[in-house]
Amino acid sequence: MRSRWANKATVLHVGVIAVLFALQFVLPEYHHVNLARVMVLASFAMGYNIAFGYTGLLSLGHAMFFAAGLYAAGLMAQFAGVSAAGGLLLGVAAGLALAAAVGCLALRTTGVSFMIVTLMFAQAAFLATFYFGEYTRGDEGFVIPSHLRHLFGLFLAEPATRYFVALSLFALCLAISFAVARSSMGRVLAAIRENEERTRMLGYNVFLYKLVALTISGAMSGLVGAAYGMLFGYVGATFASIQYSIFPLLWVLMGGAATVLGPFVGTLLMFYLVDISSGFTSANMLIVGLALIGLILFFPKGILGSLRERAAPWLP
Amino acid sequence: MAAMTLLSTENLSKQFGGLRAVDSVSFTFLEGEIRALIGPNGAGKTTFVNLLSGRIPPTEGRVVFAGEDVTRLPAHARVNRGIAYTFQITSVFAGMSAMDNVKLSAQRRLSKGLFGPDPALLERVALSALERVGLAARRDEIAGNLSYGHQRLLEVAMGLGLDPKLLILDEPTQGLSDEEIAVFVTLVKEIAQNASILLIEHNMDVVMGLAHTITVLDRGRILAQGTPDEIRRNEAVRRAYLGK
Amino acid sequence: MDFGPYFLLATLEGAVGAAVLALTALGLSLVFGVMRIVNVAHGAFFMLGAIIAWWVADTLGAGPMLSFLAALIISPLAVGAVAVLAERLILRRLNYNPESTIVATIGLLYVIEQVALMTYGPDARPVVAPIDFRVQLPWFGYSGYKLLVIAASIVVMLAVWWGLTRTRIGLMMRATQFDSETARAFAIPVDRVYGGVFAFGAMLAAIGAVLVVPIQQAHYLMGNDPLLLSFIVVIIGGLGSLRGTVLAAVIIGLSDGIISVFFSPTLAKIIATLVVAMILVIRPKGLFGTQSA
Repeated sequence: MRSRWANKATVLHVGVIAVLFALQFVLPEYHHVNLARVMVLASFAMGYNIAFGYTGLLSLGHAMFFAAGLYAAGLMAQFAGVSAAGGLLLGVAAGLALAAAVGCLALRTTGVSFMIVTLMFAQAAFLATFYFGEYTRGDEGFVIPSHLRHLFGLFLAEPATRYFVALSLFALCLAISFAVARSSMGRVLAAIRENEERTRMLGYNVFLYKLVALTISGAMSGLVGAAYGMLFGYVGATFASIQYSIFPLLWVLMGGAATVLGPFVGTLLMFYLVDISSGFTSANMLIVGLALIGLILFFPKGILGSLRERAAPWLP
Repeated sequence: MAAMTLLSTENLSKQFGGLRAVDSVSFTFLEGEIRALIGPNGAGKTTFVNLLSGRIPPTEGRVVFAGEDVTRLPAHARVNRGIAYTFQITSVFAGMSAMDNVKLSAQRRLSKGLFGPDPALLERVALSALERVGLAARRDEIAGNLSYGHQRLLEVAMGLGLDPKLLILDEPTQGLSDEEIAVFVTLVKEIAQNASILLIEHNMDVVMGLAHTITVLDRGRILAQGTPDEIRRNEAVRRAYLGK
Repeated sequence: MDFGPYFLLATLEGAVGAAVLALTALGLSLVFGVMRIVNVAHGAFFMLGAIIAWWVADTLGAGPMLSFLAALIISPLAVGAVAVLAERLILRRLNYNPESTIVATIGLLYVIEQVALMTYGPDARPVVAPIDFRVQLPWFGYSGYKLLVIAASIVVMLAVWWGLTRTRIGLMMRATQFDSETARAFAIPVDRVYGGVFAFGAMLAAIGAVLVVPIQQAHYLMGNDPLLLSFIVVIIGGLGSLRGTVLAAVIIGLSDGIISVFFSPTLAKIIATLVVAMILVIRPKGLFGTQSA
């Protein structure tokens, strides 16, 4: 029974990637660019989902991990001439190191304290991008020189390449999420989310598991941050702001926490909701606020979470 | 039987503010025993086993398990050395299947290095634990949907999944029907073939029927210790506990 | 200017900041203390208070004094009404679950901010101070209004203290804070106490904002800094403790004012944020500990 479910789930996820691959040939240019961006942002959300969804760590500071990757790649490109491949590696390293360090401190707290501590660390990181404005150029940001935006000979600013690289990144993060969800470690993380004390009394070093989960989550966020910089060419303080910590939370809540495809569904939906609303108002964050309130009040399991509960228990 | 000391405490104490919940308890527990820990409410039984399992740190004293001083070890490390604790308040993972609950308890022990355990082996071990408590037929049911009695049995199966040297059962029969208690007593006898058991229990029939030795706690101290017959005859115990 | 007078000026500026901060933080602290929830929209209530104050003054078009007094009454009432509405429609339905409440109040923050942007617009606008009067010190002149702000803040805080310790409503609040279940058993209308406390917390922020608009212009993003600083104050000062909150507000407000005069304000903020994070890490059971899951 279990293996039949596993097959069904594998087919679904490979199918999603295949559809996304095919879409690039039929989408009009505007949506082609959008979808590339959504796939990158959804990868960030998938990283967030490892911590929030699968482990129950409600972080309000993931922007710092995204920004760590973004700035690691961007600043090293700007000042040391490091190109895309090196930038991506630096991004992973930066996100991983920062998440491990923050985790060692923040994971001594739980619940509301954990939320506030991660928020505070992220705020300090955000302010740091202004304090070092000489290099980062703060709010204004800077553009990564286009001759460095090459990955294995591919020019990343070229739309078809960008789409392909975004899809690869998306597939990688999807595979990581899928593997974590299915692994024996994933089972321990879910147990921690459900009852931390009981898990400890089954002999698990709960702190270590949470640290590993947060570090994986941070490393993924760092990788995505670096990729975002290389694909879209711009590095700025906005990406370190509290907004970019709230976005992944919102996307994951909307799509369904602790579901592999939830972050993508949520990101896609929110992206287009905001996109459409910005057509007639400058206050497009209004949609974000209303969505947060509406979801937490009426739909806390999100779209795929509710679907799994009612119709598709096999959904990972 | 060759009576080796499995667990001992020396002057173990726990102070909560002005209250000395456990007061200089020196306690010896032999391998292969079924020991019952009894005492009136507030005698410090749960605090005492929490000190043994490492859920709370002691104010003073030492805990030695299988020849090793474990006083400073965190709870999860003690579990790994073979001290398993089943909760007084049922706390199975309500959102997971019965099978996944037991797998969680067994998989750490069966894992090698970074990679998880062999799925087939894990499946076999978990299923056998479920069979021993008679829940094999309900393996795919969500634990939260099981009846209260079945949840208690699942809790025991999780204890078995840990393959412990010492299984601490904290009021396991509380809230069970008479038939369920009978099943449970048989089960504990069967488990005692491979593990030592420390039982906190209020039901005197269960205690007298199972325990080799009984330790009576009162106000944080050991009041008496002996075979069920000795305890039954002990005047001090009658006064303090049996209310006679 | 010599160091001495310069330091005096910095201290005065700090004291004005501390006075406004103490009011705002007191509101956040009361809400946390009694209801055990973190209101992330507190800064948005502050901003709303300032914008309504501008709107009242602008609509009325009377003299500075009359406009200001009208704003000082109408704005907190309006903000309190918004807060009551939010408490009824959102927080109560979430059963005051601490984590869900944070997510919901983040949403509320965006909603209030964006509605302000849509109606009030992106500009910063001032309210004319009710008194135009400079206190001439030997080294420099200082705004009489700013001194008035300090005095007003002290008066409001004394009134709050009196209300909490000497009135029946205050007793009910303290009973609810101590143990809401028992309070309910003693026929205290806990639901109404919660609604009232949430509104009152928001009104304190609004009063702080009305006092500040003649000094600092009203803008739809002006709530972010007070929110962050209030968090810091509440965490350092200890929750539900009025004295701790006020004391921490004075220390933080003064040092923020003094530090920003001498050092880069950004660095000061970075250090303050990290210190607060570390306080929570080192004392995880400290201030928020009792209700963490």
